[in-house]
Amino acid sequence: MTDNNNIIIIGGGHNGLVCAAYLAKAGKQVTVLEAAGQIGGAAITREFAPGFKVSAGAHLLNLLDRDISKQLALKSHGLKMAQQAMNTIALDSGGKHLTFSGNQVSGEDVSAEDKAAMVEYHRFMTRFAGVIGGLHKQVPPRIRLDKRQDLISLAKTAWSVRRMGKTDMREFLRIAGINMYDILKENFEHPMIRGALSLDGVLGSFLGPRSNNSVFCALHRWSGTDGINVAKGGMGSVTGAIAEAARQHGADIRTSSPVARILMEAGQVQGVELENGEQLQAGTVVSNADPKTTFFNLLGARHLEAGFVRKVQNIRMRGNASKLHLALSGPPGFTGLDENQSGERLLIAPDIEYVERAFNHAKYGEYSAQPVAEISIPSLGDDSLAPAGQHVLSAIVQYTPYELKAGWPNARQAFIDTTIDLIEEYAPGIRSRVLHAELLTPVDIEREFRIHGGHWHHGELALDQFLMMRPVPGSAQYQSPIDGLYLCGAGSHPGGGVMGSAGRNAANVILAKGQEIQK
Amino acid sequence: MRTSPLTAKDHHLNTVFPSPFHSRTEPLNKLKIWARWGDYLSAPAFSCSSMEYFACRSTCGVFDLSAMVKHRITGPDALAYMNRLVTREVSKIKPGRVGYTVWCTDEGQVIDDGTIFHLREGDYRLCSQEHQIDWLMANAFGFDVNVVEDTHDVAALALQGPTSCATLKRMGLSGIENMKLFGLEHYPFEGTELMVSRTGFTGDLGYELWIDKDYAEVLWDRLFEAGELHGIKPIGEEALGLLRIEAGYIQAGVDFMPANETVRASHTRSPFELGLSWLVHFDKPVFNGRKALLEEKQRGSRYQQVRLDIEGNKPAKDSYVYKGKKVIGTVTSAMWSPSAKASIALASVEAAYGKPGEELSVEIYYQRELKWNRVIAKATVVKEAFYDPPRRRQTPAGDF
Repeated sequence: MTDNNNIIIIGGGHNGLVCAAYLAKAGKQVTVLEAAGQIGGAAITREFAPGFKVSAGAHLLNLLDRDISKQLALKSHGLKMAQQAMNTIALDSGGKHLTFSGNQVSGEDVSAEDKAAMVEYHRFMTRFAGVIGGLHKQVPPRIRLDKRQDLISLAKTAWSVRRMGKTDMREFLRIAGINMYDILKENFEHPMIRGALSLDGVLGSFLGPRSNNSVFCALHRWSGTDGINVAKGGMGSVTGAIAEAARQHGADIRTSSPVARILMEAGQVQGVELENGEQLQAGTVVSNADPKTTFFNLLGARHLEAGFVRKVQNIRMRGNASKLHLALSGPPGFTGLDENQSGERLLIAPDIEYVERAFNHAKYGEYSAQPVAEISIPSLGDDSLAPAGQHVLSAIVQYTPYELKAGWPNARQAFIDTTIDLIEEYAPGIRSRVLHAELLTPVDIEREFRIHGGHWHHGELALDQFLMMRPVPGSAQYQSPIDGLYLCGAGSHPGGGVMGSAGRNAANVILAKGQEIQK
Repeated sequence: MRTSPLTAKDHHLNTVFPSPFHSRTEPLNKLKIWARWGDYLSAPAFSCSSMEYFACRSTCGVFDLSAMVKHRITGPDALAYMNRLVTREVSKIKPGRVGYTVWCTDEGQVIDDGTIFHLREGDYRLCSQEHQIDWLMANAFGFDVNVVEDTHDVAALALQGPTSCATLKRMGLSGIENMKLFGLEHYPFEGTELMVSRTGFTGDLGYELWIDKDYAEVLWDRLFEAGELHGIKPIGEEALGLLRIEAGYIQAGVDFMPANETVRASHTRSPFELGLSWLVHFDKPVFNGRKALLEEKQRGSRYQQVRLDIEGNKPAKDSYVYKGKKVIGTVTSAMWSPSAKASIALASVEAAYGKPGEELSVEIYYQRELKWNRVIAKATVVKEAFYDPPRRRQTPAGDF
């Protein structure tokens, strides 16, 4: 018999740690096994050049669940913000940048109509995103009518849409499944507004502004309630604080402990085996790894029924975003931006056609000749990241398909040059200040963070991969076909971004299941 | 996972081919009528289906099986792959043995039934009624296994009836009489290898012969030469249809809907609902449908498959089955059985009904010179097959 009180969590990413903290808080004996030498998964701070540190995976904090922050007392465990409620600045090579601040957009040639449209756009996006955000907190209902909790949950979902009123509900249902290109064209005239806002729908995804589901992606991004923030010390201090909370509740967190396989017998999980051969017994194993890694690499497709395997195979999760880190010998020097402005969220997406053209390459297995980028220079607000007077630039750059025709080893340097050339257009002279450049392509992201396909959301965020369909029907509600094996990563509802919701929801399911068994 | 490339013959939806035996069956088909079975032209009957039926019950009949969909499964994980695919414990089918099985969806609904031939250690042939390569390939992910459909490379004949063993002995297959039911053996034959299995779809003593398609004609010629004095006769689909109902064998697409081709969930059947619980081995830790079938076992099934012995002599084709005045199911196959001297049927009824010995009734419509008549006939549920002669399994097989 395996001990049901003993829980192993595979992977110490933010969701794994959140899950561990909640389970430990409820009195479970939790062991977190992280493969890497430091905890955090893709939410870490690490050195990439001597003296230069950066959030190596996710770099902006806009979705962290406020309840989780509070319940786990992350502040008291050392979480501080370096920057809060950041503005977004759409860069222009001529220095005529636009600034987005709440529902305001300002810039030299922004029309009164566009300013008014921004107020309305902000209103309905926030409202619609609120519906999506409301779903983050709940275990997705199953489409069945024999369980009371599922029925209540379904009704809640329907009600949250219905209570918007006729006009907004109709608009929500109209746009939720369509694309950013259409709604931005409907609302705005300024090409830079369209370009900048379209990134909300495509960052981190295999989507262009004209792809359906891009509005849904944008709503998901907008569902954060606390604005865009940067943690002091980088993303590693977020996961560091969560880990501290988990440890204080008694969780045992081990690094450099890669799991080789999940042990099971007759459809029931028995524990895990580490790569060094050590076996750990547990009646409950929670995987923070993505669904493909969990089911195919750690468990093995042969232990699952074929229909389920086929569904997991069909999860769309080909990474398309890369991470560029630059160590700079001096300030970045963006044309027309002062130091404060340079510390905001900076976008290179001069118009929406530009973004769509950038995506075209990805469809055919090439990287964008003219990429788009979301840039942050965290060292401007946090002196712990770079030597005095020097800076780090962190950028999400796309499109860079995982399956690059030319192969990443051959294309890596060329793409770094392409990207630095691109940034140089907006920050002349920056190339001469680059001391070191690091590019994490989806292939590198797959290797470093052990995410299948290098897709940091653990699967595209899309209507058909959301709620009870995330990761696949039959494994929603954080469960799996194997008794005692749970999922708690971004591959489960509500998906990617440093949210913690999947980890918390999974913990709730596991705790409820435990009570069911005890009854 | 490795699979074979597509060929012209994989475009089975819009093309039908002559079978490897066509040069021999074509002149024998006195009626000149051809039907389609799978990818091949197939004779519904050669002269008279009743005569062909009787040949199988009193001498021997030859049925061209080439259209049977055949797969070859090899590689280090062949056994593990087969065990995950089908409901049955495949390790119990030793080399040189054959086993009937079904395979299911994750929902525990039958996709198809077929036979596993364990040709040599770790080398399996899987025969099915329907094309299955897509499902078999989907199943191969995660296994070191080689899955190939070789329907068009292998020609096959069923030789069925009391004189079948004598015919094969005369053809030179010495020792064939010692082969047990569901056994198989390889024989050198005309410079190639002939595989013979003691299997069939008629419920009688009989064999199936499997050979490289290029040797199809010589096999046919040698077989008919040897069988001349044993009353050998080609038989068509109609006769085979009668023989298999008497034997109580179900057929995909007739007695149940293959789950992967069914739109409405209530129209599929689980192995339990087809009376095939003996094929479901829960001791295996995983197989497709295991979880759902375990649940069904606890919850109870929706339907069950029954054999009916019906009053009178009118075949209860497509009849409703009643308990009193309540419709509880439908007949899926029916005939007048010359061997059992009874009107018999296979039917699917609600699970609460159909215990052996239970009296039900069927509503039969039949025509007399274009005039429709209707009778409600008493139908008794029977457990055993309508036709199961001892010679079917007797070893050594007799000459008759």
